[in-house]
Amino acid sequence: MDFLRPLTWADALAAKAAHPGATPIQGGTDVMVEINFDARRPEALLDLTSVPELTEHETLEDGTLRVGAGVPYARLIADLGDRLPGLAQAARTVGSPQIRNRGTAGGNLGAASPAGDCHPPLLASDAVVEAESSARGTRLIPAAEFYLGVKRNALEPDELIRAIRTAPASGPQYFSKIGTRNAMVIAVCSFAIALHPGERRVGTGVGSAAPTPRRATAAEEYLSGELDWDGRGPLPDPVARRFGELVREAAAPIDDVRGTADYRRHALAVLARRTLAWAWNDHRATREEAS
Amino acid sequence: MRVNVIVNGATRTVDDVWEGESLLYVLRERMGLPGSKNACEQGECGSCTVYLDGVPVCSCLVAAGQAEGRDVRTVEGLAPDRDGLDPVQRAFLEAGAVQCGFCTPGLIVQSHDLLERVPEPSDAEIREALAGNLCRCTGYEKILDAVRLAARRKAGAE
Repeated sequence: MDFLRPLTWADALAAKAAHPGATPIQGGTDVMVEINFDARRPEALLDLTSVPELTEHETLEDGTLRVGAGVPYARLIADLGDRLPGLAQAARTVGSPQIRNRGTAGGNLGAASPAGDCHPPLLASDAVVEAESSARGTRLIPAAEFYLGVKRNALEPDELIRAIRTAPASGPQYFSKIGTRNAMVIAVCSFAIALHPGERRVGTGVGSAAPTPRRATAAEEYLSGELDWDGRGPLPDPVARRFGELVREAAAPIDDVRGTADYRRHALAVLARRTLAWAWNDHRATREEAS
Repeated sequence: MRVNVIVNGATRTVDDVWEGESLLYVLRERMGLPGSKNACEQGECGSCTVYLDGVPVCSCLVAAGQAEGRDVRTVEGLAPDRDGLDPVQRAFLEAGAVQCGFCTPGLIVQSHDLLERVPEPSDAEIREALAGNLCRCTGYEKILDAVRLAARRKAGAE
């Protein structure tokens, strides 16, 4: 096994081009588990923790946040929780403090587990994955097109994830997850909602209930048209219930050790209604001119 | 490969490290520092918690090469001298928070970090900070007592 340790982003891209089979490693919270259990023996490890660019975040000229792929969960919460509340809530549910000190959203994307906690809020907020290769430069991949299958993503062998790009929240965002306890839980299922009041639009993300994280598109379209965006009236119960049903229908779960498909469907409908109620109450509490 | 790590203040160099090896293995098997415990090897139990550049992490999930040139502080490096104890260590002994002792080093490092950041933690903050450290003797009440005691001691209340 080779151990590649680039000190700059350009060197990291060059290393990945020269060793397309190398496994990128950031926090190690997935990769090292596989190596420790001899489940995988990569031909090389490409350590990205010494690439300073990856641990930075910035606001681009158009207001988009560009968050380096190596920013650990703990800093997503501390530094960006005010602007990316959905992602920060998801980050708070990851593992334990030790795991959140080390694990990264970039690693979550690289692993592309359907149960990854970052995926639902990234989908709900229309996030874009910034991938890069030394041969072809930067490629922007919408989150909805990034997940291709169980633990498969849209990256080419010579590409690395540079950053996540997403607009700061323009409305309430919530994430909720089912598990056996608060800490150290791989999601049985999870759900994220983002209200975009300026566009009168709702974003969603469904986790751990299909081969890939996915949006509940029909639920988004239904709810966007039903919500009383300007009047800020109470949420009609039939609307919340129908939204839950449509989220449930968007899922394609399986029975596994963490839960049954039926339970996941049921729980998703509950999570959808619940997070919608939280988000809508927040929206109602904001002054109209603030939206 | 060769790996150079600053461990408890001293630069240590080890050779013939396998590239897939964890920092935990290097500490225990190559440097003779068995304080950090090896239990789950998947970041679930917290028994291998060490400071890496001042931040507590599961050393079983750090590849040895990722620690190159970095600063590691293990449970062996908390006490001010060889015969002394850190206030957190003393509190664990006095509160009866040590049963079989296997989870203790990880809990002590994690509690040490909590009290550095939050000198007077609430019970909820203690529970959250220790959520990634498992005690299979289930001696959690005494562990919480120990953290409270250490906090009071550090604040000079006793």
